[in-house]
Amino acid sequence: MSSNMVAILYLISALLFIFALRGLSHPETSRMGNIFGVIGMIIAVFTTLMFKSVLSYYEIGAAILIGGAIGSFIALRIEMTALPQLVAAFHSLVGLAAVFVAAAAFYDPVAFSIGKVGSIKTASLVEMSIGTFIGAITFSGSVLAFGKLQGTISGKPIVFKFQHLINALIFLLIIFLIVLFVINQSPTIFWTIVIVSILLGFLVVIPIGGADMPVVVSMLNSYSGWAACGIGFTLSNNLLIITGALVGASGAILSYIMSKGMNRSIINVVLGGFGGEQDTSASKDNSDKIVKQGNAEDAAYIMKNADSVIIVPGYGMAVAQAQHALREMGDILKKEGIEVRYAIHPVAGRMPGHMNVLLAEANVPYEEVLELDEINHDFPMTEVSFVIGANDVTNPAAKTDESSPIFGMPILDVEKSQSVLFVKRSMATGYSGVDNELFYRDNTTMLFGDAKKMCEDIVKSLSA
Amino acid sequence: MEAHSSEVFVIGLTVFFLACIIGYYVVWSVTPALHSPLMGVTNAISSVIIVGAILAAGPQGFDTSKIFGLIGVVLASVNIFGGFLVTYRMLSMFKKKTKKTKEKE
Repeated sequence: MSSNMVAILYLISALLFIFALRGLSHPETSRMGNIFGVIGMIIAVFTTLMFKSVLSYYEIGAAILIGGAIGSFIALRIEMTALPQLVAAFHSLVGLAAVFVAAAAFYDPVAFSIGKVGSIKTASLVEMSIGTFIGAITFSGSVLAFGKLQGTISGKPIVFKFQHLINALIFLLIIFLIVLFVINQSPTIFWTIVIVSILLGFLVVIPIGGADMPVVVSMLNSYSGWAACGIGFTLSNNLLIITGALVGASGAILSYIMSKGMNRSIINVVLGGFGGEQDTSASKDNSDKIVKQGNAEDAAYIMKNADSVIIVPGYGMAVAQAQHALREMGDILKKEGIEVRYAIHPVAGRMPGHMNVLLAEANVPYEEVLELDEINHDFPMTEVSFVIGANDVTNPAAKTDESSPIFGMPILDVEKSQSVLFVKRSMATGYSGVDNELFYRDNTTMLFGDAKKMCEDIVKSLSA
Repeated sequence: MEAHSSEVFVIGLTVFFLACIIGYYVVWSVTPALHSPLMGVTNAISSVIIVGAILAAGPQGFDTSKIFGLIGVVLASVNIFGGFLVTYRMLSMFKKKTKKTKEKE
């Protein structure tokens, strides 16, 4: 195949990838988008297999089959609640693959026409080492994020002295190593870059706590794109550069949206250490305040007599796997002629769009699931807000208390609805460690217990 | 027809910035409800580095580079299949009200 033909096929593949993302602008077009992505990938792979230098079809075919079987098995078996850790795990593989491709290019530069062993072009060396560096960080950062999301590692931020200084020094060390690598092209230095970058990846994610994970997952998404870009520059391959840039931009935008949803800068999130420890000032004298506690029958009664209910789900719903029971509850209410809608805060859950997927899994029609901007002005006209497994995203302190760590964060105005039902396991504070004054209001009823059990009980009371 | 290496780099850079701009606008048009599938798709397509891995694994015989290439192919394939399939699963759950079936499991 001529190089022009290859370039054209790669271009088609890149265009299909763009359409794949474009399709996601609406659920109706999204499935078609996904198919475009698949076709683009098939074109890319087959075009590459047509290269004159590519001869070992059996080995490559076997490798694709092995990887494909593993990937398919995992993707088909995974529970939707485990999606965030799955995505983190996948990101780590992209990072690792980037490192291996860079290493392969370093050991056999002729195959990529970037020079000969020991005399690789300087530009290629720079691009290669940057690709390796980003790939390795993506790998280890994602592994750690996976551990935190899976619960193998504590989700609490781990902070120690001089953390940021150490990270900065390691970063400088990597730059120094890259310069050295470009000069002497030594394999030892190449692998040192890999190891030090892996270490940096761990250190970067370690101080970031559980609820900040949406930002971390998006950021790693972005990194995996930049890593592909780095490799694309090394191989002078436009398809890799375009795709890498698309993915990098996507992750960066998601990180931005997520941090905005918490009214914090990306830098602030990345530096970490937020939440975790109890905020002493906030828990001042709430111990003597009275909390109105209710049970499933009370909740069923309150909602049955309402005209409109807005359900506000949070990470607690995902943990309890309560989405199906919740949808059942919503269905019964709808049958009674009550308007039921769902309000999603941008940072609810552990990855962007987490709640939407879980509700979709439970067969909630997406028209009933609304974003913060779309639904927030409807709370004053709503009788009941049913908050399930969410806390900080409803805390009015974000608007009123300037000293609060969550001040300025956009919240769902559940306080403006006539009554609020809170499904929670206990009175514990949310991720931010801030007490929620909403719990103590007259029109608030606390429903203590497991979210799933509570929904099932409410369903029973409603049908009785 | 080997182009001058700095020229190749500048072309790459041009492509890179244009692609970033396209990415910026395309991603902003993605509805927030589909942000999880967006991560699934981007994860799958970023594994297009399989192209590099195939090139490394291409030559006959066995050397270090080829082994790295094959490992790269396996890793990227996990992602490609896994990423597209999990996205497919997610997207097939986003249904319209009218299509909603009353089946009980």
